[in-house]
Amino acid sequence: MSGINIATDLTPFASLTGGLAIGLGAVLLMLGLGRILGATGIISGLVFAESREEASWRIAMVIGMIAAPGVIFLAVGTMPTVDVPVSPVLIAIGGVIVGLGASLGSGCTSGHGVCGLSRLSIRSLVAVPTFMATAAVTVFILRHVIGA
Amino acid sequence: MMNPAKVLIFFDVAGTWDASVAFVMGGALVVTGIGYRLAWRRAQPLFGGKFQVPTNTQIDRNLIGGSALFGIGWGIAGFCPGAAIPALGTGRWEVALFIGAVVAGFMLRRVLARMAPTALAQ
Repeated sequence: MSGINIATDLTPFASLTGGLAIGLGAVLLMLGLGRILGATGIISGLVFAESREEASWRIAMVIGMIAAPGVIFLAVGTMPTVDVPVSPVLIAIGGVIVGLGASLGSGCTSGHGVCGLSRLSIRSLVAVPTFMATAAVTVFILRHVIGA
Repeated sequence: MMNPAKVLIFFDVAGTWDASVAFVMGGALVVTGIGYRLAWRRAQPLFGGKFQVPTNTQIDRNLIGGSALFGIGWGIAGFCPGAAIPALGTGRWEVALFIGAVVAGFMLRRVLARMAPTALAQ
């Protein structure tokens, strides 16, 4: 099992700044277009596009998000870190489960986690503790039961 | 948030726990919680149309089961969809693999919904 020995440092300032920026993005999308910032809806809305109008803002959103690490690079001279302590097979398996689950549950960390909790949606108040709990149990099993 | 190592360690309460992800979520929730309410004071969004906020309040099997699955996948891969999109911009091929797999998961749901329309309806 890869990834047993990963350790990271607490980055409260950078993480809080990132969170504030995510919030700002969510608010601007609501203010400008009246839409929820949900990555599941944005990606699936692009893959299964119903109309050009529906696809256009999602394309713009995805382009902006993909460009963000480059903007950070231009600003501070380093790319944001992406450490992948997981094998490609597990990335693929996890990805399919994420896609299936987020589709069935109508949202993920952004749609339910950020936007749903902010507007006190009852469905999000159920969804978020559910996926946080199963994620924690999964990590515990992979890192301490199987990986031990 | 877009770094799987940080995300997995956030969930590793029994190990080398790093709470950084809580700062991300906290910051995002404060801004969105206040900002949404200010935005909704307007009759409509700045660029026209209307505010499209989900009105469904039903707690059903799809919501709970789907969210449970989502968490399992997140715990396995360390990426979630919203974090993977910007992570794609760093050029790591694993991110493209993850996003491809997520899309495959979306398609799988459509196939399952066709096979069992009553159990897995939208």
